[in-house]
Amino acid sequence: MGMIIQGATGDWEVVIGMEVHAQVMSKAKLFSGSATEYGAEQNSQVSFVDAAMPGMLPVINEMAVEQAVRTGLGLKAQINKYSVFDRKNYFYADLPQGYQISQFLQPIVGEGKLTIDLKDGETKEIGITRLHLEQDAGKSIHDQHPTMTLVDLNRSGVALMEIVSEPDIRSPEEAAAYMKKLRSILRYLGTCDGNMEEGSMRADVNVSVRRLGDPLGTRCEMKNLNSVRFIQQAIIYEANRQVDILEEGGEIDQETRLYDSVKGETRSMRSKEEAHDYRYFPDPDLLPLQFDDAFIEKVKADLPELPDEKKARFVSELGITPYDAGVLVAEKEVADYFEAVAKGRDAKLSANWVIGELFGNLNRTSKSLSESPVSADGLGELIDLIKDGTISNRIAKEVFEEMFESGKAAGVIVDEKGLKQVSDTGAIEAAIDEVMAANMDKVEEYRGGKDKLIGFFMGQVMKATGGKANPGVVNKLLKPKLDG
Amino acid sequence: MSLDKATVAKVANLARIRVEEEDLEGLASELNSILDWVEQLGEVDTENTPPMTSVADMQLRWRQDEITDGGYQEDIVANAPSPEDGFFGVPKVIE
Repeated sequence: MGMIIQGATGDWEVVIGMEVHAQVMSKAKLFSGSATEYGAEQNSQVSFVDAAMPGMLPVINEMAVEQAVRTGLGLKAQINKYSVFDRKNYFYADLPQGYQISQFLQPIVGEGKLTIDLKDGETKEIGITRLHLEQDAGKSIHDQHPTMTLVDLNRSGVALMEIVSEPDIRSPEEAAAYMKKLRSILRYLGTCDGNMEEGSMRADVNVSVRRLGDPLGTRCEMKNLNSVRFIQQAIIYEANRQVDILEEGGEIDQETRLYDSVKGETRSMRSKEEAHDYRYFPDPDLLPLQFDDAFIEKVKADLPELPDEKKARFVSELGITPYDAGVLVAEKEVADYFEAVAKGRDAKLSANWVIGELFGNLNRTSKSLSESPVSADGLGELIDLIKDGTISNRIAKEVFEEMFESGKAAGVIVDEKGLKQVSDTGAIEAAIDEVMAANMDKVEEYRGGKDKLIGFFMGQVMKATGGKANPGVVNKLLKPKLDG
Repeated sequence: MSLDKATVAKVANLARIRVEEEDLEGLASELNSILDWVEQLGEVDTENTPPMTSVADMQLRWRQDEITDGGYQEDIVANAPSPEDGFFGVPKVIE
């Protein structure tokens, strides 16, 4: 559903386009051999190329090319076998070259598409305009010295993919879904780690508003949003700001705005306006980037199964609901874990255990899946014990908690605690007789017509057997006995 | 094509080159001569000529994804006017 802002003069539709910068997973930088690893000591991962020393020349990293092609294929996009690197000129302290090597008119990847997952299992297709390769800039630190800004060039020259969407997004929720899905696909592909806290993925968000059916309005761009929550907040604030201006008869200035997450507002970055005159021209240090179909085919050959395909397979082959399938495929590690549990087992039951008990316990203890004390095989063993009747579903939950606490195997816990389900009719009959003897008044009431009391007896028998009685067997034996 | 004084001042500012007011007029005229000269190329018919990307017939060289460089912080900041604990120190730039 699109976001509609109800103004005093009528309804306004919100239109959003996103430019996402995703850091390419590679050992070395886009045009130099220095390392890309996050968090190293300042300026320790900088070559003379990255520092733009005179006479240094860029040489492209094949991995960056491969990763861009892989991402393009994952976005079902056109791959351009001929693309060109340009210089984007602007002046800033953390850009030693005085220009960023980017791609302007001829990017490596053209039009593609991405399907976002919305509430209640609905989906929507968002067009991808292009993907191009470019260098990241260094990092400016403004708060560690009283009079100076400190510059660290470790990030300078790291390969980025800028992924640009069509203005197909219509609400903050859709923008969030777009970001989440893009992150999921990049992580499946292994082309970006998607770590937003470390800045591996950042979004520039373009927002405009219009009357339904009108042509696109004038947009404002909000730069460098590094969390899904901020993206949503910035869109809501900015769209309402624009509506207020338009309703008072004003006009929107096309400009770059900064989202202040502390104040929850956007404000103009006028100083950036002049820098928008980038004077792009082809980089004379670099020949056009070219490769053949065989290169593309090689990359295509080892593409993993992507979340959309995996979800479709979980639904059609395993009979899982689209909602559950969506939850399971969002992260590749979760999908792999689930598949290991479900292999040769009841897929629906496996899905319930992963989404219900496992996620519940992980959330409660703030653990990630990789830190789970219960392995996929361990959970599988527990499900086998339910399936073959060794333990009831209720006992299984208890066993799972214990597995999660102690890391012990399900079978060991069942043996140690004597939790094995009792299906032996003799033992269950004995328990029923005991319960009835202790509750003769209730038995009379039942026989007098209060049928509902059977639930009470069921509960008492389960209690008397420590929850170990097979509920099916109890059910079968209880009624004839009560009926006398 | 014709550049006026204001455009020259803007280009100079973008390139961070300081140009005195009295020099703008002369520079505009010089730049216009250069542009006129380059524009003569437009007289050549290039309808069926592919764009030239290099004077030599060669392909872009690719490099393997290996860490072969970096690890010399002191060399990187050696010529910086005010290095600070391995960082470049620059005048405070804040929005």
